[in-house]
Amino acid sequence: MSNFAVLPIIIPLIAGIILAFFPKKLTLVRTLSKIFMIGNLAVVSYIAWNVFHHGSVILETGGWTAPYGIILIADELSILLILTTNIVAAACAFYAPYSLSDRKEQFYFYSFFFFLISGVSGAFLTGDLFNMFVFFEVLLMSSYALIVLGGDKVQLRESVKYVFINLFSSMLFVTAIAFIYGALGTVNMAQIAQRVQEVDQQGILTTVGILLFFVFATKAALFPLYYWMPNSYAVPNPVISALFGALLTKVGIYAIIRVFSLIFVHETELTHEVFIWIAGLSMLFGIFGALSTNNIKLIIAYNIIPAIGFILMGLGVFNQDALSGSIYYLVHDMLIKTSLFLLAGTIAYAAGTSDLRKFSGLIHYYPFLGWMLFVSAFVLAGIPPFSGFIGKLLLLKGALAGEEIAIVIIALLSSLLILYSVVKIFIKGFWGEKDESFKPKSIKGRTAPIVVLLALSIFMGIGAEFIYPTIESISAYLLDPENYINAVMKE
Amino acid sequence: MEFIILILAGVLFATAIYNLLQKQLLRLVIGSVLLSHGAHLFILTMGELKRGNPPILTDGVNDYSDPLPQALILTSIVISFGITSLLLVLAYRAANENNTDNMEQLRGNDNE
Repeated sequence: MSNFAVLPIIIPLIAGIILAFFPKKLTLVRTLSKIFMIGNLAVVSYIAWNVFHHGSVILETGGWTAPYGIILIADELSILLILTTNIVAAACAFYAPYSLSDRKEQFYFYSFFFFLISGVSGAFLTGDLFNMFVFFEVLLMSSYALIVLGGDKVQLRESVKYVFINLFSSMLFVTAIAFIYGALGTVNMAQIAQRVQEVDQQGILTTVGILLFFVFATKAALFPLYYWMPNSYAVPNPVISALFGALLTKVGIYAIIRVFSLIFVHETELTHEVFIWIAGLSMLFGIFGALSTNNIKLIIAYNIIPAIGFILMGLGVFNQDALSGSIYYLVHDMLIKTSLFLLAGTIAYAAGTSDLRKFSGLIHYYPFLGWMLFVSAFVLAGIPPFSGFIGKLLLLKGALAGEEIAIVIIALLSSLLILYSVVKIFIKGFWGEKDESFKPKSIKGRTAPIVVLLALSIFMGIGAEFIYPTIESISAYLLDPENYINAVMKE
Repeated sequence: MEFIILILAGVLFATAIYNLLQKQLLRLVIGSVLLSHGAHLFILTMGELKRGNPPILTDGVNDYSDPLPQALILTSIVISFGITSLLLVLAYRAANENNTDNMEQLRGNDNE
């Protein structure tokens, strides 16, 4: 069974390599990529079923036992996120042929797409800090290729900034790993956690922890390190934006959750207290950005920042309810951000522009699209009974129990503004007089993946009863680092 | 020995940051290269610098070199080498398409 832990990395990798051989045969490539995606989803679901019923799947590569070899650990948190990743990616694979031009598809879109998924799964699975860096690079490399796909003037301009900021934070990551290796003599996360515990996380280790936080916060686009994100996520093709918005920033926040719930947990009044403030500021600044623009893609891209803020808030409060809220919100946000990005792409295609000032009255031509956007706005903002509500309820319950009143007020306020920022697209773009000269384009096929994602997020809200126990057991598992350490070190 | 290398790494970091804060695209690329060199030297120093010792632990040998930092650096060098070459092509194309290599003019505007 333990070998199964490597499959979520290997299957997309092989798929990407196979698809690279015949990029020009589009029908074949499209069919194959869908088959691979569904196959991978099935395998991941099987592993997830196993993990939830029989506990973590741990692979010690090459038979080297834990602290010496490289380990891959599929515990409940990582397999849940990989499952969500694959659902999101499958939706994108079905959406891609409608959204991308043939030329873009021929330039190895599907290969890079699979390499990206492979990197994301690897970053979720690995139990070794240096390997996390390597998998970050795998996913970043494919993202560099994807963001510049098409080679427009704007795309080139934004991707240069994107590559520089990510390269800079990656090099800081390497430096932080060097510090950790110098201080603790290991890069295995479980052993790092054990050794940090033994020395009670002295000053230098907290400093290294903050350096790591800086690295991951840059990747996750938290305040004040988000400035690179909205523009570079808004310029590529919608399906690529959707992948980035759903996966890349979430890998960053996953790394923060993992490191600060497992390793640096002994000085919470120094680190986690700061997180709460950063979370509050991310919510406010992100939503101000979303309100300031009329570009629908930018509105959605800015909405990533408050979402990351909500997830970080749960980690900052650091009790059972808040952490459950974080994880719930993380999964919810991956699903809903993808569907919002795909919706924004579809609207921009249907209207012919992404500038809200240039179109209105779309509801007369695309009633179904309009109502989907309306429902997604409600899901995102957390109107009951949708999934955002459950996540926010848990977060706020945890924050109140932790007596963090200020953050509760900020969170509630920014939720309202999030609702307004997305409903603004509906009001300005869909309401209004019917424009007789407008020639509607067919959006057939584009709506199906979005409907599936929306249905899943609605199920996460209405069917919270089925999902909550799993989330609760994950947060209980995270709250006690001993669980992870014992699972890896087998003591 | 460690001390000298650490200072060298520090100098590399400082020059890298200086270059990264410039406006010309090519200087940014040079800055990122120097930054990765600094980081790599830093890892090497963290594994203790010793000469002439085997990187293996056998019975009776207490003095050995730590092979792990070198493995880490090799991986990291390959990665940063790849990214640098990609970055050069990207910077070239971006400068050509936008008719400028000045970051000040590549800032971009929300309302275009």
